[in-house]
Amino acid sequence: MRLTCPLCGDRDRREFHYYGAEVYADRPDAGAALDAWDDYLHLRDNPAGETRDLWYHEIGCSAWIVVTRDTVSHRILQTALLTARQRQVGKFVYQEGDLREVPAKPGAATGGERP
Amino acid sequence: MASLIETTACEGLLPVATQDVTLGELPFACITSVAPFDGRQDAVAAALKAMGLGWPGPGQSVRAGDAACFWAGRDQAFLIGAAPEGLAGIAALTDQSDGWARMHLEGPGAEAVLARLIALDLRPAAFPEGAVARTGLGHMMAVLLREGPQSFQIMVFRSMAGTAVHNLHQAMRAIAARAAV
Repeated sequence: MRLTCPLCGDRDRREFHYYGAEVYADRPDAGAALDAWDDYLHLRDNPAGETRDLWYHEIGCSAWIVVTRDTVSHRILQTALLTARQRQVGKFVYQEGDLREVPAKPGAATGGERP
Repeated sequence: MASLIETTACEGLLPVATQDVTLGELPFACITSVAPFDGRQDAVAAALKAMGLGWPGPGQSVRAGDAACFWAGRDQAFLIGAAPEGLAGIAALTDQSDGWARMHLEGPGAEAVLARLIALDLRPAAFPEGAVARTGLGHMMAVLLREGPQSFQIMVFRSMAGTAVHNLHQAMRAIAARAAV
C-alpha cells in the first residue's frame, strides 16, 4: 500500500504511523465537560463509505496527513496536510489546492459499486 | 578536566568498497536546522538568498559552492557547510553538526545498492540531481540527496552510523556477488 504525502509524493505505507479517525486532532479544551472527553477518547463513528483518518509521516517529512478513504471500496480518495484544515461552522474544510486527489487504480472498485 | 576524544561519526567504519561501488564518509561540516517562525517564511528565504542560497521547495536542495540548503521536512531545512547568518530571530535554529553521520555512495551500482534498502523510485527521471528525500534506509530515518548520475549523499542519525554502514556494505556485497555469478 502507498499513501500520497502532499509534500513527498507517493510513499510506502511503512513510512507512516496511523493515528485513527480525524477527530483525534480535535482535542477538547482543558475545562471541557466530561462527556466531551469521553466522546474524544472513546467514541468513534464507523461509517460505511467515506471517512477521514490521520497518518503521521514519521519516517519522512514529519507532517500530519489527513487521508480520505472509502471503507466500502477501500479506495483512497484524497490526502491533505492537517495544517491546511480550516474550521468553519461545525465542520472542517480544506481549500481546493490543498487536497491531493488520488487517482483510482485501473480495475479497482469504485464507490459506485457499493452493495 | 576530562580529556575527550574527537572522532567523526563513521571513524573506523569507512571507507568500504566493492568492485562497483564505494561508500565513504563526508568531511565534517556545520549543519543547522532552520525552521521559519510563523509568517516569517519570506524573510528566511530572503536571508538565505543573501547567502547565495535560497529556501528549497519540498524534495529539493540549493547549492552554492561548499554551502548547501536541503529541504528536511515540513517547514524545515538543513543549512550545511555555512553559518546561519541573518536568520536569528526569524527562524528556530538548531546546531545539529554532531548529530548526523554523512556518507557518500558512488559508483555504477549505487542505485542498485540503495534499491535494496530504500522504497523509492531512484531512477534519474524520478529522482534527478539535487533531489532530496526524507525516507527510510532499512529501518532508519535518513536524508538522501542525489549528487550526480552515480553518486548519492546519505545522512542518518549519528547513533545509527554503525548499523547504516553495516546495512549499506551488506547490500554492496550482495550486488557485487550477484554480478559475479
